[in-house]
Amino acid sequence: METRVLEIRKSVLNKNDELARKLRTRFETAGVLVLNLVSSPGAGKTEFLQKVLTDLHHSGVRVAALVGDLETDNDARRLMASGAPVRQITTHGCCHLDAGMIERHLQGWELGELDILFIENVGNLVCPSNYDLGEAVRVALLSVTEGEDKPLKYPGMFNSADVALITKIDLAEACEFDRETAMANLHAVRPDMRIFEISSKKGTGMVEWLDYLADIQRSIKQDRATGEERKSLVAAGE
Amino acid sequence: MHELSLIYSVVETVEQSAKQAHATEVVSVKLRIGALSGVVKDALLFCYEIAADGTMLAGSRLEIEEVPVAIYCQPCAQVMVLGGVQSFRCPTCETPSGDIRQGRELDIVSIELEVP
Repeated sequence: METRVLEIRKSVLNKNDELARKLRTRFETAGVLVLNLVSSPGAGKTEFLQKVLTDLHHSGVRVAALVGDLETDNDARRLMASGAPVRQITTHGCCHLDAGMIERHLQGWELGELDILFIENVGNLVCPSNYDLGEAVRVALLSVTEGEDKPLKYPGMFNSADVALITKIDLAEACEFDRETAMANLHAVRPDMRIFEISSKKGTGMVEWLDYLADIQRSIKQDRATGEERKSLVAAGE
Repeated sequence: MHELSLIYSVVETVEQSAKQAHATEVVSVKLRIGALSGVVKDALLFCYEIAADGTMLAGSRLEIEEVPVAIYCQPCAQVMVLGGVQSFRCPTCETPSGDIRQGRELDIVSIELEVP
């Protein structure tokens, strides 16, 4: 008998990571932009998505949404009013979405027929941060009612996000919200983070947000075109 | 956060590797946990014994290397280790940097096995 050291070098979450990588490839191949919305419960994810899905669907953008909650399909039913296809993921106790849940709930949807897929995660600033869903953009919502130091209290989550939305800005004055401090705190934990200020109810900030989505879609199309060009050059033996 | 379910994942992965290597026993498991992973070392240690019970890992040692956040600083042209998770700025020149090189790990590094 002897003792041997075996290198593993695998993530503890390697099953989820592998599945997320496969999903990411599927999304990129199909040319669908996927966003993962994270926040504390009540920050305004559903209200925001209701507005965004309605606007985009009526503009002819092919959008869909997956929404996660422990219980009820209330959010899916709200979002379906937009006219876009929406599915509810009911976790019955799991506090975050994972790649497996996304894969299962996409069955039957033709990804190639979608332009944008929004995933509304379970309201939770802790657990979802570790679970890659294969998204292209992770969007963290922070409402003016939550306090400016939220990003410092949950650095893991805000650091993992690419973009932040400060929501419910129509209530900012009533909450004596310190905008500069909130932005400074977001940038303290994620220096290169793009920040949008939104009121879903009043529509404030929506134009900038929709422009941003259009920009990413354009660059996805460009990347695909370059990728296709590159592939055909490689195939031609150049 | 989810330490028990994470440890069950560790046990599953380690058992698979140990069986592939025809090991008779797992002596120790080494994990690397980053400061941004949100995982608590003490909770992992606590859950380990419970999860390892009845498996090849029963009685084995869990070693956890805790890894601080490190960012790449452009002006200083080097990777800088940070003292915490509140401010992602170079400790030397204070330039903010979102280029994280270390700190998100939740990895099984290696295992020590008894083999015939």
